[in-house]
Amino acid sequence: MNVTAIVINAVAIFSFLIAFLKDREKAKKSLKIAGKSFIRMLPMVFIIIIIIGLLLGFVPPEEISKFIGDQSGIVGVLIIGVAGALMHIPALLAFPLGASLLESGASVTAVAAFITTLTMIGMVTLPLEIKELGKRMALLRNGISFVIAIIIALIMGAIL
Amino acid sequence: MKNQLKQKDERKAKKGMVRDLIILGIILAVMVVLLIEFPDKREPVIDTSWDFFLEMIMILPAVMVLLGLFAVFVPNETVVRYLGKTSGLKGIFLAILLGALPTGPLYVAFPMAAVLLKKGARISNIIIFLSAWACIKIPQEMVELQFLGIEFMVMRLILTVIFVVIMGFIIEWIMKLDDEKGGVKNAV
Repeated sequence: MNVTAIVINAVAIFSFLIAFLKDREKAKKSLKIAGKSFIRMLPMVFIIIIIIGLLLGFVPPEEISKFIGDQSGIVGVLIIGVAGALMHIPALLAFPLGASLLESGASVTAVAAFITTLTMIGMVTLPLEIKELGKRMALLRNGISFVIAIIIALIMGAIL
Repeated sequence: MKNQLKQKDERKAKKGMVRDLIILGIILAVMVVLLIEFPDKREPVIDTSWDFFLEMIMILPAVMVLLGLFAVFVPNETVVRYLGKTSGLKGIFLAILLGALPTGPLYVAFPMAAVLLKKGARISNIIIFLSAWACIKIPQEMVELQFLGIEFMVMRLILTVIFVVIMGFIIEWIMKLDDEKGGVKNAV
């Protein structure tokens, strides 16, 4: 178990204890919600880890790095940014997927672009966003989000 | 009314679960076929999947507990109440914080944002709130820390906050510009 995992678990246990002391019923309710969401997420967890296993096992790093590696340039970053914008997977699972891409030869820029567009932009939820906030605002938010995601990714690639 | 909504949500969740299970079945079948065809790949594929599984299972329950606590102790109504009446630097700060705290997928935040807009909250704050909700969630940052390391996580967090605030002001500026041009037509 690494340090991060220990810290996260400690924070969770500590927070739960405080919550439990404050309001038992509410604490129990949140535990129930946690259990439900965990079970709800499990199939997706398995899907992602199998994809990661196949990706790292079958696709040679040279291939991945050709498309989204350091030498692929801005086109690769844009492609994976679009992929992130189109995909609809829980944000929590974007990070292991990003880590596996990084491991298999993708650049920091590409992974940052992927994660940022994946979390910020929702093509699947766009109709709902338009309905609630209006076409102009929804399109502006998603469009500009894509641009800033690419900028963030480029800066990260330059610094890290 | 609220009960109905809850039932609808649960139905939706069930449907999503069935869809995920079907995809899982397909992908499992693909893996089995591939691993039978290429026996030498069995070890690396299974090892890698297992490693990632361990890393996730060590943190996911804790992250879910935190999400559950936020969901119960920071109800959406509280968020709307706080965000509706603040402005200035405090407004920006609060929009980020309130976006980062509560839980649920992005589509939960849209109706809240709509209510806030009607109440007269600043457009920039709404955009910042939505973006924070989407990508500056505290449990998310923890998972990012676990898988991508502290440098990556902190750097992306700082850059995201900066650019999200800039985006909020740009969108507000464009919307106002359009309103002035559109005049009565858009005001309705």
